[in-house]
Amino acid sequence: MKRKERFVEALLAFSGGLTILTTLGILIVLLIESIAFFNEVSIVEFLTDTQWTPLFADKHYGILALVSGTILTSFIAILVALPIGLSIAVYLNEYAHPRMRQIVKPVLEILAAIPTVVYGFFALTVVTPFLQGFIPGLSGFNSLSPGIVMGIMIIPFISSMSEDALYAVPKSLREASYGMGATRFQTAFRVLIPAASSGIIVSVILAISRAIGETMIVAVAAGQQPRLTLDPLVPVQTITTYIVQVSMGDVEQNSIEFRSIFAAGITLFVFTFVLNTISAKVKRKFQHKYE
Amino acid sequence: MSHKLTTQDVHVWYGSFHALKGVTLSVKPNTVTAFIGPSGCGKSTFLRLFNRMNDYIEGFHMGGEIIIDGRNIYGKRILVEELRKEVGMVFQKPNPFPKSIYDNVVYGLQIQGINDKHVLEEACETSLKQAALWNEVKDNLKKSALALSGGQQQRLCIARTLAVKPTMILMDEPASALDPISTAKIEELILELKSQYTIVIVTHNMQQAARISDRTAFFYLGELIEYDKTVNIFTNPKEEKTQSYITGRFG
Repeated sequence: MKRKERFVEALLAFSGGLTILTTLGILIVLLIESIAFFNEVSIVEFLTDTQWTPLFADKHYGILALVSGTILTSFIAILVALPIGLSIAVYLNEYAHPRMRQIVKPVLEILAAIPTVVYGFFALTVVTPFLQGFIPGLSGFNSLSPGIVMGIMIIPFISSMSEDALYAVPKSLREASYGMGATRFQTAFRVLIPAASSGIIVSVILAISRAIGETMIVAVAAGQQPRLTLDPLVPVQTITTYIVQVSMGDVEQNSIEFRSIFAAGITLFVFTFVLNTISAKVKRKFQHKYE
Repeated sequence: MSHKLTTQDVHVWYGSFHALKGVTLSVKPNTVTAFIGPSGCGKSTFLRLFNRMNDYIEGFHMGGEIIIDGRNIYGKRILVEELRKEVGMVFQKPNPFPKSIYDNVVYGLQIQGINDKHVLEEACETSLKQAALWNEVKDNLKKSALALSGGQQQRLCIARTLAVKPTMILMDEPASALDPISTAKIEELILELKSQYTIVIVTHNMQQAARISDRTAFFYLGELIEYDKTVNIFTNPKEEKTQSYITGRFG
């Protein structure tokens, strides 16, 4: 019996250790290849050049051209997802019948389970042509359409976590507000959302993280033209799309072109790492609030 | 003198549980009325009927009539939000919003659309003075309400309720979570507020009921057993159950 216990314990510890080792492994490879990259390209050029053309004869390595594509698509996504996700959260929390809530929540979460390549084709073949009907200047590839579709994809991230945060607001605050003659709407927007703000901020940060790392939707519908722009109507390339493009192409291993994807990768990693750190900090602050 | 509040054969059910069984009583303006009785006797349920705070509880339904200022508050044409501006409430546990002291006090006015800074500041000062909290917080109105002590928080909640200018204030065991000194302050406050407001208070503390109320209602198992002048309830009750309860034989 005792030996069996010990075996199970070792197995569980091994599973836990494996995930940590994998993460460490990824980080080490990223670092080694990036350092090799930065031996050839100065970090100043990397951070200040406005063009990203490692695959062309005239090579430029300005990551900003990819970062702008990533930020633009993610920003549009949040612009779509935050108001809709928050409205859904408030509706489910304040207005919906508990039974309604039990149905709507899992259905919404299906949105996150749809393969992203499906979203990508939806953006390219449905949303873009539809938007072109209103916006004549819209290119076939652009950041607006995948941004909107990505926004729809991350709605459940925001609605589900925000709803949990609203639900955690003590009932006594709700009663205080109602007791003074506030409507449900006033209570939701003046008391509940401010009281749940840290939880809502965490949900938004995680949703942004998800949007920044999202690959297929932008690869299919945003185009492959790195470009330092804030114009949502023209083709752009995100960091993730560039990595896909190089990985799928026939770039020689250990060449500077090949190493550029690790530099792009570590940039992406820095972004999500910073966001996750912020969200962990906010979360910790939130936990102290009502105790 | 006409009555501020009259209830007529009020019943309450939560699902199939019969929580109040035909309560009829009247309350005069500018008086303090205390509801006493053992836990689960229905006194809080009864109190929360007067500003319709039971409406959100699942399975709640009621019968009978409750008249405040001549209007049936469960009638079809009543706006619940308007009713609650008239009938304010102070809860058992201090429940200030996680905002500044100032923002807490003016909340009720802001939701009515009042944004004039002078009006709000004046209302804030007046209400805090009425709630005997002004001298303790006047230099720190921007401080978070959560940084106050429990007793101060409860007086802030009273100030917040007063700012809306209700005519009637419901208090659901307002001092049960407080220390004796804070409790004394709240009781003193209630006696002062009586001149301007009609106060109904639920309390577990019989000395408190005896100290501050004009009339006392004793509830037991969803029924109003006895309702009379406080002096009579505590010195010469007519019902045996009241006698047993106030002498501590059950509850």
